[in-house]
Amino acid sequence: MAVRVQREDFDPGQEMAALGEGRHDIGAVASFTGLVREEKGAGRISAMTLEHYPGMTERKLEEIEAEAHRRWPLEASVIVHRYGRLEPGERIVFVATASSHRKAALESCAFLIDWLKTKAPFWKLEEGAGGEQWVDAREADDEAAARWAEDA
Amino acid sequence: MTTLQVRYFAWMRTRVGTGAESVEAPDTVRDVAGLMDWLEGRSPGHAKAFARREAVRIAVNQDYVEADHPVAKGDEVAFFPPVTGG
Repeated sequence: MAVRVQREDFDPGQEMAALGEGRHDIGAVASFTGLVREEKGAGRISAMTLEHYPGMTERKLEEIEAEAHRRWPLEASVIVHRYGRLEPGERIVFVATASSHRKAALESCAFLIDWLKTKAPFWKLEEGAGGEQWVDAREADDEAAARWAEDA
Repeated sequence: MTTLQVRYFAWMRTRVGTGAESVEAPDTVRDVAGLMDWLEGRSPGHAKAFARREAVRIAVNQDYVEADHPVAKGDEVAFFPPVTGG
């Protein structure tokens, strides 16, 4: 299990390779990479700045990762989240999970990114033609996280 | 008096005008809701930040809590909008 919150970019290939290095019990590695998207049309953004809550961010990501390990038989996992100013096309977040079989790896990877979006204390400030604007939370993200509720 | 470390993030921070402040809250402040009532009176920026309570999320000592959570001397209380990472 590993959590990193950093300003620097990361290499998804290297991160995935590191997960399975020297291990012969891993049959599946699933990953998700989030990128800064440039919106089409008038409100297009030129960049965004990610603010976070140092300390609480790492703590929440570790809790979310531990929850994934509790729910699925995972052999390894990694979460990398960047902060600071990022331009369209740049990588923001990386999640990878490793398991003996693909189902656990795929499901837990989706779970991690869905939960992270609604629980990790990050905030996006978008820079566009009309100035700076804080991004509003999306209901669709809450719904995506809610589908992982255990008692639903 | 209760000494508290208060943190603000995203538009809460820009409205209040600072990301962190140490405050001496009166003894009548017993929970986060009471703290918000008291903080609101500190400046026009604070008032603007706390105007829409339903949009404010709270953490005490870096764990999410609701407004009825008690506050005690030395607590770190953070206020911020719903998170938008990932």
